[in-house]
Amino acid sequence: MSQDPLEGCRISAGKKSAVSLGKALHPPNLLVVVEGTCGACVAASPVSAPEGSCSYNVAHHHLCVCVRVCMAWQGLQKGETLASLKQESENLRRKLEEERGKLTDVELHQVAEKVETVAALSIKTRRVLKGHGNKVLSMDWCKDKRRLVSSSQDGKVIVWDAFTLNKEHGITLPCTWVMACAYAPSGCAVACGGLDNKCSVVPLSLDRNENVTAKKKSVAMHTNYVSGCSFTNSDMQLLTSSGDGTCALWDVESGQLLQSFHGHTADVLSLDLAPSETGNTFVSGGCDMKANVWDMRSGQNIQSFDNHQSDINCVKYYPSGDAFASASDDATCRFYDLRADREVAVYQKDSIIFGASSVDFSLSGRLLFAGYNDYTINVWDVLKGTRVSVLFGHENRVSRVRVSPDGTALCSASWDNTLRVSRT
Amino acid sequence: HILNFYRFLKNSYIIPEREETLDCSFKMQDPNTGVRSQPQRLVITTIPHAITGEDIVTWLADRLQIDVQEARSFGSMLVALGYIYPLQDHKRLVIKPDTSLYRFQTPYFWPTQQWPVEDTDYAIYLAKRNIRKKGLLELYEQEQYNRLHKWMNHKWDFIVMQAKEQYRAAKERKKPDRVVFDCQERAYWVVHRPPPGTVSAMDYGLDRRTDPNADEVTGDIHMLTINNMFLSRRLVKHCATYIGHDPFLSACLPSNPWLTDDTTYWNLNMSNVETPTKMRVERWTFSFKELLSDPRGRDDFRLFLKKEFSGENLAFWEGCEDLKWGTAATMKEKAEQIYKTFLARGAPRWINIDGKTMEVTMKGLKHPHRYVLDAAQTHIYMLMKKDSYGRYLKSPLHYASFHSVFLCPLFPFLKKHFLSDAHPIILRQQEQELRAKMAANAPVDITQVMSKLSKQGKDVPPRPVNK
Repeated sequence: MSQDPLEGCRISAGKKSAVSLGKALHPPNLLVVVEGTCGACVAASPVSAPEGSCSYNVAHHHLCVCVRVCMAWQGLQKGETLASLKQESENLRRKLEEERGKLTDVELHQVAEKVETVAALSIKTRRVLKGHGNKVLSMDWCKDKRRLVSSSQDGKVIVWDAFTLNKEHGITLPCTWVMACAYAPSGCAVACGGLDNKCSVVPLSLDRNENVTAKKKSVAMHTNYVSGCSFTNSDMQLLTSSGDGTCALWDVESGQLLQSFHGHTADVLSLDLAPSETGNTFVSGGCDMKANVWDMRSGQNIQSFDNHQSDINCVKYYPSGDAFASASDDATCRFYDLRADREVAVYQKDSIIFGASSVDFSLSGRLLFAGYNDYTINVWDVLKGTRVSVLFGHENRVSRVRVSPDGTALCSASWDNTLRVSRT
Repeated sequence: HILNFYRFLKNSYIIPEREETLDCSFKMQDPNTGVRSQPQRLVITTIPHAITGEDIVTWLADRLQIDVQEARSFGSMLVALGYIYPLQDHKRLVIKPDTSLYRFQTPYFWPTQQWPVEDTDYAIYLAKRNIRKKGLLELYEQEQYNRLHKWMNHKWDFIVMQAKEQYRAAKERKKPDRVVFDCQERAYWVVHRPPPGTVSAMDYGLDRRTDPNADEVTGDIHMLTINNMFLSRRLVKHCATYIGHDPFLSACLPSNPWLTDDTTYWNLNMSNVETPTKMRVERWTFSFKELLSDPRGRDDFRLFLKKEFSGENLAFWEGCEDLKWGTAATMKEKAEQIYKTFLARGAPRWINIDGKTMEVTMKGLKHPHRYVLDAAQTHIYMLMKKDSYGRYLKSPLHYASFHSVFLCPLFPFLKKHFLSDAHPIILRQQEQELRAKMAANAPVDITQVMSKLSKQGKDVPPRPVNK
């Protein structure tokens, strides 16, 4: 096997100096360097620089430089190239799919053929929560079914009684981009975190004059931003996911790390705890396009799903705990059956080309609400795989959708600085 | 070739679309199947290939098989991203479904080219417009120009030189071409340097730390499991079971609070309510998990177990939950307490678990950790689920709950409890007080419970002794 990292790459202009060109960036005014993949790596054809009217003095070069191959070169054994390893991985994957296919491969919508279709839904906004001065990034309902906590890009976390539109508490964090917030099961505290790489717990108080921010307590410490957080079955433990690629379980009182979960190869963007009474698992999704299921006790990754073609923004369990759904930047939402260990449905449509940022199920699990980056919310029939309804109204990306604990309403948080509570 | 370029960039989260948009844009321009266009007189120059907003919306609705509202939304996204630009009102990047005119942006300016949008280029553009006609810049553009002039001062000569060069080169073109290019360039900058106060579709939030070297060539081999047709049926069954309880799919009685602003539904379903609703009691019959996870259901079950003199099972299970999910500091203490109360020989509330489980548990308790009682807890859970739960469902207690009248709330019993808008902190205090009282008092007087059952719904039941 050749030792030359550029073997297999076609370079028609200049020679191996093309690599150094790529590193030198733009010498003034003369060169448009285009990176592309070459035939040896991902089997795409070479790329040319864009044509079109251009008033700069530019020389168009046809380049094909495979920088990725060069960087990964260090990790390969003698006798192997990246190409051969990829080939081997592909073979294994194909074999696995073949074996899986031998079992009766029935899609969910086929099993649900005889099920009655869902009647057309007319979902209207009943409350608009205004008060954040910047993008609302996340929200969570309280178990009392009417209160909720929301966090925004400007570092503010607000606790609302959504029913009366009353703002009950305001917490100011010293960082921007508070991407994670969660309500404690007792309803007496909230957790929040983001670009400060921490997740803090703030106990709430009945005294309006009390500054709750002062009682804020740092619990989780990560080495990159905190993307999601959730309390376990009590106020005493906190589960967090982070941009550093790990998830972790913390003891709230002492801040002690109880368990960490390693396995993702990129930012972890979301997590959800299994609703089972006896189970101790949770699922996480990340930028490595994988959704992983973890055992909280051992820290082991017990199942993994890699069907998505882009970052997974959100994962959520089905109400029974036997399945879960994921939302991704590849504009699809997918549904996985944990016992069958496979994806059983894909929710996609030609007219939906923007990434899905968030998903949640209705109480029965029949409906899947998904918020998208094209400012809409699509409602899917989980069993049939069809879209039941579209909700318009937000004026910017929908960052989070959550159904209230008793299933009576849907709350959507958006980059248009508002939260909306909707129902049929 | 542009499509190939795009394929390479497909996974970038900055570019939200799939091939569909490009495909869509190409198809729209097809003279045979695309949107019909005509030359349009704008000011004194004819702009070729202009299309009306309503034509775009109609074409999209037809091509993508969606309704007009969605087509408008989709069209507006195309405009917001700069694939189509408006000729009039060029700063508002939306589709107006009327005779307002739009044009397709040249692929050179498409966001998928993913060229870094440099401030230098913007400065050149603004300078060029300034050369053409002073005072042409809008207020926000003027501010930007001043700002750039300030911090790019060191290369301002270069910028002015480039601007002049471009201006000169543009003059050499035919007027119609020049006007078109000016429109295109202007549209490009409205997308990438939006006027203040507008929403920019280019805003993607934070950068994600994706590892470009993650060429992972390892694969996970999973345990292949049983036939999934059977498993998918479970999911279907779950939906069918709960559909009557789903407020999005069935009526909420008496009414959905978010619709009528009436909180009766919540008041009737509070965790400490005297008489649970029929729907709620029905849910307890779906699974043991449902019964345990509803605090009111668990209370009912606890009462039932006391009658059967097997209350220690539930108490043990709750103790284990408390151990698992509780604070790390008191964990050892809790484990010891549970051992003394439930597991030790001669313990006051001794639970009946098999020998093997007992052995494993005892061994684990020498070095207790939060999951040390897992085996015992699972055993007891299964015991309750397979044995007590079945009997509970057939018991007079459950029967009474199921057949109690609930639709017309009886005011006397509502008065004694806080309503659903009470703050969770208050509710928690109330709960703690109640628990303290229960712990202090004597166990439930069975005769009181029986007399309560005999007066099924005829009048307000008497308050039990220990509340």
